[in-house]
Amino acid sequence: MQNEELELQQEKSPEQGKTGKDAPVHVPHKKDAHANPAAPPNKQASVAKRTDSFLYGIPQLGLSRVERQVPLNEPPPMPANADLKYLGKPTPRYDGVAKVTGAGKYTADVYLPGMLYARMVGAGVPHARVLAIDTTAAERYPGVRAVHVIQHVLGNAELRDPSKERPSRYPIVRYMGQPMAAVAATSQAAADEAAALVKVQYDPMGFVVDRDAARATDAPSVYPGPADQGGTAGGGGGPANVPQVGNVHGPERKNVGDVARGFAESDVVVEGEYYTQVQTHSALETHGVVADWKAEELTVYASTQGTSSVRNELSEIFKLPKSKVRVITEYMGGGFGAKFGAGNEGVVAVELSRKAKAPVRLMLDRREEHIASNRPDSHQKLKIGAKRNGTLTAIQLTSYGTAGVGTGAGTAGPATNMYNCPNLLTEEYDVFINAGPGAAFRAPGHPQGCFALEQAIDDLAEKLDLDPLEFRGRIDDSPARKVERQIILEKTDWRNRHRAGADPGPIKRGIGLSQSVWYRFVNLNSSCEVRISKDGSVELMSAVQDIGGGTKTMLAQVVAEEFGIPPQSVVIRIGDTRYPIGPDSGGSVTTGSISPAARNAAHQAKQHLLAAIAPSLGVAPDQLEFKDGRVSVASDPSRSYSLRQAAAKMPTDEVSARATRVPDYTRDKITYGGVDYVELAVDTETGRVHVERVLGVHDCGRPMNPLGVISQINGGILQGISYALFEQRIMDRGKGYMLNADLENYKILGAREVPQIDVILIENYIAQSSTDAAGIGESAGIIALAAAIGNAFYNATGVRMRRLPMTPARVLAALGKTDQEMHA
Amino acid sequence: MSDIEKRAITRRGFLKAAGATAASTVVESAHAITKDLRDSANGPAPLGPGAVPFVLHVNGVPHSISIEPRMTLAEALRDTLGLTGTKVVCDRGSCSACTVWVDKVPTLACMTLAIDVGMRNITTIEGIGNADHLHPVQAAFVKHDALQCGFCTPGMVMSCAALLERNPNPSLDDVKHAISGNLCRCGTYPKVFAATLEVAQDRKALSRPVSTSNGKDA
Repeated sequence: MQNEELELQQEKSPEQGKTGKDAPVHVPHKKDAHANPAAPPNKQASVAKRTDSFLYGIPQLGLSRVERQVPLNEPPPMPANADLKYLGKPTPRYDGVAKVTGAGKYTADVYLPGMLYARMVGAGVPHARVLAIDTTAAERYPGVRAVHVIQHVLGNAELRDPSKERPSRYPIVRYMGQPMAAVAATSQAAADEAAALVKVQYDPMGFVVDRDAARATDAPSVYPGPADQGGTAGGGGGPANVPQVGNVHGPERKNVGDVARGFAESDVVVEGEYYTQVQTHSALETHGVVADWKAEELTVYASTQGTSSVRNELSEIFKLPKSKVRVITEYMGGGFGAKFGAGNEGVVAVELSRKAKAPVRLMLDRREEHIASNRPDSHQKLKIGAKRNGTLTAIQLTSYGTAGVGTGAGTAGPATNMYNCPNLLTEEYDVFINAGPGAAFRAPGHPQGCFALEQAIDDLAEKLDLDPLEFRGRIDDSPARKVERQIILEKTDWRNRHRAGADPGPIKRGIGLSQSVWYRFVNLNSSCEVRISKDGSVELMSAVQDIGGGTKTMLAQVVAEEFGIPPQSVVIRIGDTRYPIGPDSGGSVTTGSISPAARNAAHQAKQHLLAAIAPSLGVAPDQLEFKDGRVSVASDPSRSYSLRQAAAKMPTDEVSARATRVPDYTRDKITYGGVDYVELAVDTETGRVHVERVLGVHDCGRPMNPLGVISQINGGILQGISYALFEQRIMDRGKGYMLNADLENYKILGAREVPQIDVILIENYIAQSSTDAAGIGESAGIIALAAAIGNAFYNATGVRMRRLPMTPARVLAALGKTDQEMHA
Repeated sequence: MSDIEKRAITRRGFLKAAGATAASTVVESAHAITKDLRDSANGPAPLGPGAVPFVLHVNGVPHSISIEPRMTLAEALRDTLGLTGTKVVCDRGSCSACTVWVDKVPTLACMTLAIDVGMRNITTIEGIGNADHLHPVQAAFVKHDALQCGFCTPGMVMSCAALLERNPNPSLDDVKHAISGNLCRCGTYPKVFAATLEVAQDRKALSRPVSTSNGKDA
């Protein structure tokens, strides 16, 4: 069974050339970590290869070497970080100065000559057929240059059988704020005012915005028949063609072994229900584009996580050859999974630009941003059985979650992939409601799944009378997490923690931890060109974008290492589809996918340089070596030249090389993760939870830039605390609005809630590519923090928090200090 | 005493003003009312609703511009003067991304009408330092990697630099307080703390003021 799924997964792997709207979903409903999507397809096995010896393992466990078959033009294996000059060393951000001085131009900062400003018109009801849309008044409004009525809405699930619904001239409204039309005008104020003049006549239908209510058989149907939603490059989306009854879509079922037998064999069983809330992405730069339609080329500046995904979608929708669609993302103000493809705003902006014959800027406002995407909520029932000896016998998870009008609320990733268990049954259901669509959000499904799993594992440890950390050691095969748990033991007071609820006073302190798991994905749509000019300057070009993770810096380090020159002397030009294709930044694929292409291009450009100058030096190219930034003649070390001197000898003005990511060297099963440790205080009188310290110990293959990686882990930890304690979308059940679609009432952690954070990164050499790097975005703490806080809360109070966020009202209810529990 | 003396332009005051200028019809009636008042009591001449000439003093340079009275300072800086370092994130005073200084006081540019600034001096992120002469806080942000996507960064820098202007020896808690209104979604806070505290430490060691020559009006 598992083997069959392994094969299936590999055939659908992300490197098979698909991107954009149809991109295979990285994770959420394909949680088989035993698949390695980076594995080479069999048909490529005929590439000529050589055998190299690679560094392998984790320093704390002892490094070894493994042999790998690699393509002939791969650069030589890279030594450990300790033996490198620039890679693995803390390196200030390549574009740090541009960002701290305000000079970096984000999409929201692009002003083109004659540019118009646009505003979308959102539906004013949560569920309706649209009878008429009157744009006359908007069109006549001073300053208005174009009005567009949307024909097809992106992001909603699609009916499998469209004939289930009476044909309609306009898209059916399925959530409040669903994009309906848009206006472009000479100022933002004029566009806003004109948008308010678009008159929509609705034929309202019943609606439901509550997950539990939507599951009832007599609930209003969001869709009149089964409907599915595809994912994006960052995940999201749900399984297609599963059963659907009313609003309940699923289950997506995974069954390994026999859970009934597993529970029968168990000595101890824990069972619990867990609830998590809807979280909105709240990137500080909203989704948006500046679209400039011209007959010769469509140019789109986009705040996106995937320049290629935007180009693909616009090319498809507007029937343009990709060669005539250019997408630019120079600086990007955060995405966290919400920004793939053109989006409704992108398509509408292009329509308006085409109509108005002028560039159009369309940035969502903050309310629209909150409605455009979210992390689905969950209601999980989790049951785990174990034997006295501390081995698991069965895991059974049933989850219901809502991604609004979309799907992708599955949570089974951690339960499926973290621990050894012979019997597993997971059933994931999506529940449609009349609310904005879910989307990939930093480790889709995993914070939810971990919140249940890792608290249940702690409960199980207590029942087995085992230390939770030691218990994890018995059921977890991951060598990286083994090292990470050991570091937690060494660096914290874990062994001396008190029993649950032991603090006598009203302020109760506790400690807890949680593990996380993420997967190795590689996108072969990852190419770089490296160019050496006659003056010795070096540039790298790729369409890959930097969404804040530090891609530019990492690429500069890779090229710098290869040439032996400082990273700041390398020019990095990325975020433009005119350059060689880059991967979409989702699922932590970017660094692991693009860095080998960068190294290989730099390595090959170097070979071209040596070949070009060898004749003028009177030697054969293989007599020249490039080391520590100098070219020297092997037989005569006195003949040594700096890169600038060497380049000056080139017969032409430049040499360049372009390389594309080759598949991983083996089909090994590889996951990443971390262990996060939390100390907190619970004020049992006010119900406030104060996280006081976090120690995160994480792995991501070869850490390329520890400075930037630690920044990302800080961010994941803080997003995780924010998710656990503060954030929550609140819907008005009577009217269907999102009540807190702003940054005032949608609470996000601020500076005063930041605990002391310590991060320890471990090196984990896996011998899979010419850089051995991997991403950190997903496994950076967001997965584990809510569960770690839950476990620490239990240690503090002796009470389990099974519902997020842990607001003061919920805490007081859980502690029995108020009469009733608050429900989400 | 609060560490941050926000400008006297309060949200409530702003909302009152916005309420009177939200829609053109209301503006016209407000205009008429104001006109009546002036006629009767020699009040100040009303401005707008159309564009009016105005001089905005930004980073030590007077800019003669023509703006609608309802335009916020953030819009005037970005749309009219092209100073896009000042970011607009929430557009309602919840996130401090648009923080600029008005006479050295950190002010939310999205909650301030440009014409309310009058002759006062505005300092933006472009005014406190540039690539050739970084403000010490900017340099420390780069060194500590106190930024990721960078969208909150200009506002963070303005808040932290203002803190050091009024409190040369801040504690960690002072720094947290100073940026308690600055939202960052990437989670750069720990490094923002470290960068700001390091600037204070360095300055103490060197016994020299934090201000740079770039902030002429600062």
